[in-house]
Amino acid sequence: MAMYRSAATRRYLIRMAVLMSIYIMLIFTAGWTFRHTSIAGIPAYALAIAPALPIIGVFWAVMRLLVEEPDEFIRMLQVRQCLFATGFCLTVMTIWEFLQNYDLVAPGNGGFGAAFFWFVGLGLGAFFNKVTMGTVGGCA
Amino acid sequence: MKNRLKVLRAERDWSQQDLADRLEVSRQSVNAIETGKYDPSLPLAFRIADLFDMRIEEIFQRD
Repeated sequence: MAMYRSAATRRYLIRMAVLMSIYIMLIFTAGWTFRHTSIAGIPAYALAIAPALPIIGVFWAVMRLLVEEPDEFIRMLQVRQCLFATGFCLTVMTIWEFLQNYDLVAPGNGGFGAAFFWFVGLGLGAFFNKVTMGTVGGCA
Repeated sequence: MKNRLKVLRAERDWSQQDLADRLEVSRQSVNAIETGKYDPSLPLAFRIADLFDMRIEEIFQRD
């Protein structure tokens, strides 16, 4: 059975591939630079923020998919997926914050920030769509 | 909302994919509408009605 893939979905996948490639390049560049050089000041801030930019780009790509997807049912599934991801992310981060407030877990996030849990939420949202609507949607 | 999409499609010997192609939507959309999991927007309902040369209320009825 043919998997539905609109022009909007193809554009989304290309954008994701480009953004993830840039992310991988920047995360290794930033890691190496901070470990092996004495970078400081404004360049350090710029380099530290650089890997966040393609992640922000992924948020943009997902929102563009919602705007560009021509199939209204598929678009509804994608919106449900994003809402599920947002709710999941806010829930995890809120619980985590309170656990930290009362010193029950260590401070910091060990690299697992809001974006990570939002992406996990997208995956769970796809599963939620599959169970409740019989099909996944298509984001992530 | 109930609908007669499956019957109308069967009368023409169309698969869900055939109908989806004619409506320029995904097969998943046709399946979701047929099974009552999704009610189409008014523009899509008009496109469905136009395709079958019927009025919307001849295809879609209240529960």
